[in-house]
Amino acid sequence: MYLWLIAAGLTIVFGVLRILNFAHGVFYMLGGYATFTLYGMLGLNFWLSLVLSLISVALLGGLIERLFLRQVYNLELPYQLILTYAFILIFDDLAKMIWGPMFKIPPVPSALSGTVSVLGRAFPVYNLFIIGTGIAVAIGLWLILGRTWWGKTIRAAVSEREMASALGINIPMLFLTVFMFGTAVAALGGALSVPTRVVTPGVGMLMIVEAFVVTVIGGLGNLKGAFIGALIVGMLTSYGIMFIPILQLFTMYAIMAIVLLIRPQGIFGR
Amino acid sequence: MAKLKETFKLKPVYLFLTALAIFLLALPQFGGRYLTYIVIHVMLLSLLGLSVNLLLGYTGLLSFGQAAFCASGAYGCAKILLAMDSPSLLAGVFGGLLIAGAVALVIGFLCVRHTDIYFAMLTLCFGMMIYSLALKWRSMTGGDDGLVGIPRAPLEIPGLFSINMSPMENYYYFVLIMTGIAIFLFYRLVNSPFGLSLQSIRDSESRTAFTGIPVRTYRLIAFVIAGLYAGLAGVLLPPLENTVTPPIAHWSYSGEGVIVALLGGIYTFTGPIVGALLFFVIKDVIMRFTEYWLFWLGIIVLALVLGLRGGVVGAIQRKFLPKMTL
Repeated sequence: MYLWLIAAGLTIVFGVLRILNFAHGVFYMLGGYATFTLYGMLGLNFWLSLVLSLISVALLGGLIERLFLRQVYNLELPYQLILTYAFILIFDDLAKMIWGPMFKIPPVPSALSGTVSVLGRAFPVYNLFIIGTGIAVAIGLWLILGRTWWGKTIRAAVSEREMASALGINIPMLFLTVFMFGTAVAALGGALSVPTRVVTPGVGMLMIVEAFVVTVIGGLGNLKGAFIGALIVGMLTSYGIMFIPILQLFTMYAIMAIVLLIRPQGIFGR
Repeated sequence: MAKLKETFKLKPVYLFLTALAIFLLALPQFGGRYLTYIVIHVMLLSLLGLSVNLLLGYTGLLSFGQAAFCASGAYGCAKILLAMDSPSLLAGVFGGLLIAGAVALVIGFLCVRHTDIYFAMLTLCFGMMIYSLALKWRSMTGGDDGLVGIPRAPLEIPGLFSINMSPMENYYYFVLIMTGIAIFLFYRLVNSPFGLSLQSIRDSESRTAFTGIPVRTYRLIAFVIAGLYAGLAGVLLPPLENTVTPPIAHWSYSGEGVIVALLGGIYTFTGPIVGALLFFVIKDVIMRFTEYWLFWLGIIVLALVLGLRGGVVGAIQRKFLPKMTL
């Protein structure tokens, strides 16, 4: 589900801006660190710190879009990729400077700790909460894209950018908001991951490649595909570790390669 | 007359090259071990940069998987050196190159079906496959610990001669000669009809196809050659460090190659070489002040993409020597 959240943000951004954003993993990492700082260190309410960290990371994302990404929309692919890659270097080291090289884990919020019994087995409440959030985000995205004015302008801009612009849609503004939104979704993934997984410098770099795998399997720019892709990769990671530990990473990339070779538009692409 | 003028104009270049050669040959005598060691690394990194540039600057394909061939070469070389009773450097180097070339052929055959973003993703993906093998296939690659105790084998042809490679200086000369040959061949390659065809593929794929050039085959050949250059950068590493570890296969190492090429300037011949040198200078200078040098590298890359897209060599060329190709 963390994977789904980060891949969802990546997919939206790619779908609209046509930029493959290496820096996306960084926003995941920063979301984690922000929550850790606000909740784990300053002792704020978990929900409040969640909201605050989403907002702050989204603002940072907006700043990056405005100041840097905007300059490279018309450039060739290598420059776009390298630009976003530069943000990985910068923020990884920045995280090291601020939070130190060790990993951080704050406690699970008390309302969400403990276990419930599902089908006769004990199941941590927090994991249930994450799964619920993932599904909620999926439904929320579907509703936003399908039903709201903002979602409609997004879809218009995806299918015909010039036409949408001619019809009076403020494309730069749309790009900005979409990028901030995608950033916030990734940060949500990071923020929620903090109590159960760890957050370290470099976790962004790790996550982004897996997120690439997910988005490619599902089809670049395809949300439904990203959801299914995240499930496939997630299952593969957990069951692969149980049965064929040597080939677990390998199979993930092998599937990605096969999808790219046979159906570059992704399993669910058109 | 024009021809004469041309030769005359080129003269400073030859002078410069001679001076550079003398400097590099004399370096171990006055430079000390640390500098020698660093210069070896600069040479290896410039080979990786050339490899990236052959695909990116000349053929128009962005690869994020060149580290895979580095690693194939390095692990191949290490395995050969470890397996031999009396290890021979040449066997390790050329065996490793052969392996890197073979891997590049297989991966390239699959990758050249796509261009642009899908090509970049495919190379990234295959690169990470090699990485996962290096990390997880413990019995073969030693896993996380890598392969250790690789001998710096003597350079020998049985019955003819044998040179001891254990002093760093000797190994430095070996790398220098290999790199020199590789760079010279690269120069010949990109200025050959084949190299020009690659550039025309970069500029317009469909027009090139109309002239009867098999675009995909040419791309594959370029991919394999690039794989060999990355492989060369890889095979020369294990005898130097005596170990090979998985990070050499990671995509961030490929990214380093791309940064080096961009730093010096793609679309120029000397760009990646200058880029590799700058990379180490930047690293060394910043490391003196702070351990967070990647932060500053990131800032430099940002500035590069926003303000200096031709790279350093490209900028020099535009400003001072508009008529020369560097």
